[in-house]
Amino acid sequence: MSSSTVFPPTSKPSESVSGVTVRLCGDSGDGMQLLGTQLTNTSALSGNDVATFPDFPAEIRAPRGTRAGVSGFQVQFSAEEIFTPGDGVDALICMNPAALITNLADLKKTGILIVNSDGFEAKDLKLAKLDANPLTDGMLENYRTIEVPMTSMTRKAVEPTGLSVKFADRCKNFFAMGLVFWLYGRDVEPTLRFIENKFAKKPDVAEANRLALKAGWNYGETTEHFASTYSVPAAELVPGTYRNVMGNQALAWGLIAAAKLSDKELFLGSYPITPASDILHELSKHKNFGVRTFQAEDEIAAVCSAVGAAFGGNMAITTSSGPGIALKGEGIGLGLILELPFIVIDVQRGGPSTGLPTKTEQSDLLMVMHGRNGESPLPVIAAQSPGDCFDTAIEAWRIATKYMTPVIILSDGYIANGAEPWRVPEVSSLEKIEVKHPIASTDPDEPFLPYSRNENLARPWAIPGTPGLMHRVGGLEKQDGTGDVSYDEDNHQYMVDTRAKKVEMVAESIGPVEVFGKSKGTLVLSWGGTYGSCRTAVKESIDDGLDVGHVHLRWINPFPKNLESVMRSYDRVLIPELNTGQLQLLIKSKYLTDAIGFNKVKGKPFKVSELVAEIKRVAG
Amino acid sequence: MSTELPVLTDKDFASDQDIRWCPGCGDYSILAQMKKVLASLGKSQEETVFISGIGCSSRFPYYMNTYGMHSIHGRAPAFATGLKSTRPELDIWVITGDGDALSIGGNHFMHMIRRNVDLNVILFNNSIYGLTKGQYSPTSKIGTVTKSTPIGSIDQPINPISLALAAEATFVARSVDTNIKHLRAMMQRASEHRGTSFLEVYQNCNVFNDGIWDYAKSKATKDDSTVELEHNKPLIFSGGDKGIRLNGFTPEVVDLTTGKVAQDDLLFHDESADSSQLAFLLSRMRHPEFPEPIGVFRAVQRPTYDSMINKQVADTKAKVGEGELERLFAGGDTWTVE
Repeated sequence: MSSSTVFPPTSKPSESVSGVTVRLCGDSGDGMQLLGTQLTNTSALSGNDVATFPDFPAEIRAPRGTRAGVSGFQVQFSAEEIFTPGDGVDALICMNPAALITNLADLKKTGILIVNSDGFEAKDLKLAKLDANPLTDGMLENYRTIEVPMTSMTRKAVEPTGLSVKFADRCKNFFAMGLVFWLYGRDVEPTLRFIENKFAKKPDVAEANRLALKAGWNYGETTEHFASTYSVPAAELVPGTYRNVMGNQALAWGLIAAAKLSDKELFLGSYPITPASDILHELSKHKNFGVRTFQAEDEIAAVCSAVGAAFGGNMAITTSSGPGIALKGEGIGLGLILELPFIVIDVQRGGPSTGLPTKTEQSDLLMVMHGRNGESPLPVIAAQSPGDCFDTAIEAWRIATKYMTPVIILSDGYIANGAEPWRVPEVSSLEKIEVKHPIASTDPDEPFLPYSRNENLARPWAIPGTPGLMHRVGGLEKQDGTGDVSYDEDNHQYMVDTRAKKVEMVAESIGPVEVFGKSKGTLVLSWGGTYGSCRTAVKESIDDGLDVGHVHLRWINPFPKNLESVMRSYDRVLIPELNTGQLQLLIKSKYLTDAIGFNKVKGKPFKVSELVAEIKRVAG
Repeated sequence: MSTELPVLTDKDFASDQDIRWCPGCGDYSILAQMKKVLASLGKSQEETVFISGIGCSSRFPYYMNTYGMHSIHGRAPAFATGLKSTRPELDIWVITGDGDALSIGGNHFMHMIRRNVDLNVILFNNSIYGLTKGQYSPTSKIGTVTKSTPIGSIDQPINPISLALAAEATFVARSVDTNIKHLRAMMQRASEHRGTSFLEVYQNCNVFNDGIWDYAKSKATKDDSTVELEHNKPLIFSGGDKGIRLNGFTPEVVDLTTGKVAQDDLLFHDESADSSQLAFLLSRMRHPEFPEPIGVFRAVQRPTYDSMINKQVADTKAKVGEGELERLFAGGDTWTVE
């Protein structure tokens, strides 16, 4: 029986809109993340551009029904190219009072509020620390509120399966899904396939979820709450094959691709830490690519094992977040002075210290630039979106092997857990990465010089097992050329200068910055996960008649060669950052410019509206 | 021209570097025995890797004509685990000391051992921090007077043999820097054992902690102060005059000259016992109450980390085929924009 028979298209009128922002929120156990992911996937599959923002609480299970336990998922799906999950919310679905009270402020005045009325009993209000019931006390009088008894309707709908009340209630999110899918004309096929696969071993549960989904759909179609529905046409994206990706997943895939392109097998030394653990999880699934994942005993063992693998000739990586990168400093420093290629990934989160593990921030830039003893420059590249993580990984490995240096990749919680459509690349079009390992010279009098350098100042990657190239490397300063331990003053100066020069020379291998928008007036200079908000804000400002350009940096060390000249052609440079001014500090000190910082450290991405307001403010 | 592989001597394993250890240091002896053992075992220079941490012991790799890494304090086990997991065919030696392995490196030491990574660890135990000019270490006796403990150290020392056994070590041995024949034999046993082979060596630091192991080294006292462990043989020492017998769970020294105790009554060593109890009991025998055991405490087999991590890769490839990027990207829902 086809899904269009079970889920017939609506007979009610349908209004076409260019985009919708939906936020789903409930208790951590209510399945909002699953619901949000399904909505995202199905929207992407039907051709919308999508952007997501999952908002998890830090604790695994905060007490049920409390504000601390509210889990949310926001997705914007659009007929246009979008870069953010939306500022204001068009449809807010709340499963309980705690979810309502913590999210209501973001609902547009023109928006729809759908609440699970069964979840607003006295005990639920008490858990949410509310004295009165928002459904009756007038709090919602200015909103278009639709009260839906989701719990009871779900229980009734799944009765035929004979599941207990406890299990029946778990299907609530599929009821909500049915309703939301109906309201926005979403295709249920992918979700039906998902239910069949995920619950293949539990046909009762699968059937219950299907029944709940159908009940939600029918509720929308049958009741008078909704006089019409909305539809969001497909967006005009660049032709190709697309799939949805999340940032951490794209990073993992990019690393696997980089390994293939360089004919290497991948080694990951890592330790679980939010929000980076999913990279470890994803890579551990791909042993058939020769991926070896090592869950080390701690962060330091993780980076050291990666350096050990690099010494042996593998493509080596270590992943973490702020607190772990802080621990890895000495290990990364050793990799730096050993001049071995490997990748360090920092998926940034709120800091300092343990900070806010599930909230996004970009406050580790100065740490990765300077957080090692001594003069310790390293190339740093920052991903700008979930899909960009794929390209960033490949680029980082290309540079690491070309210049024989560790490379740091910066991501953040927002990109890591966010999703967007990703155009699947033609594998044959991906450029190979040439890696050479020397063999011993045929001239027995020619000694091997482990620290001799080529035109890129890169030393040879001579790996154990190669006859005739035996050498010893270490953390002590070494003589250029021979690699012998050296305390000579001139040699040390030379090595410090050479290591710095090598990183500067990376600029020869990276592209110029590209300017979006106007070439004079105000330049918005951004980096990392703020790409979407900044691009959208600049677009809107230009639409409002302002002279605004946007440069979004990926390479931060070294800066692209044309950055200075681009900056100097504007009247002012505005640097929005989710920190207290870290890129700003680097730009100001390197170029002696008076860049203006726009800084927010609230654990949330920039709203387009606040960026537009700031652009207008500085543009005068 | 001969088509045979050249036979290497100990000289071939010597690097061109001047050795910087203090004259009289026990490390010279350990270095000399290592070169002899590698040569006698027919090891190759290019397939051998020495990885060290920080300390006098850790200068070792520079003096060997093999591949080597002088890494960071306490972390050699982690570098070694990454290298061995990805290059399992290499022959890896971790060179460490009492500070490097048991202080800052305690964590990594424990995990390398429990993972049973197939490599050899030699811990040069001089009970002092020599490189940094004389501070006490985790194996220093209580009351050790040093620059950082001018009126004596106050913390209980740890026993490396007991610690290794507690970490589920599959091979644990002890030797003495100047007992060169025994030391070579232990290095060879360590090399032959598959899994993490832990060898503690009593090493004398003649500058900062001279003479602490004299009881185990000097001709006058060593026979009475140490007992050589031999598999399936009774514990007999002091030139045959004394033995060790178990009284319940406690070892006791017995006089064999009176004839009242038969050899069969003595504690027999079993290095391959399934459980580590016996080895642990032996590790608790300390001077002066007991002769200290030297030799192999334990030698058992269990799968190594490196073999298992590589087996999982091989098994997965066999089961689902070599990875292809096209298949990876196409798995899951995709859609096409024309």
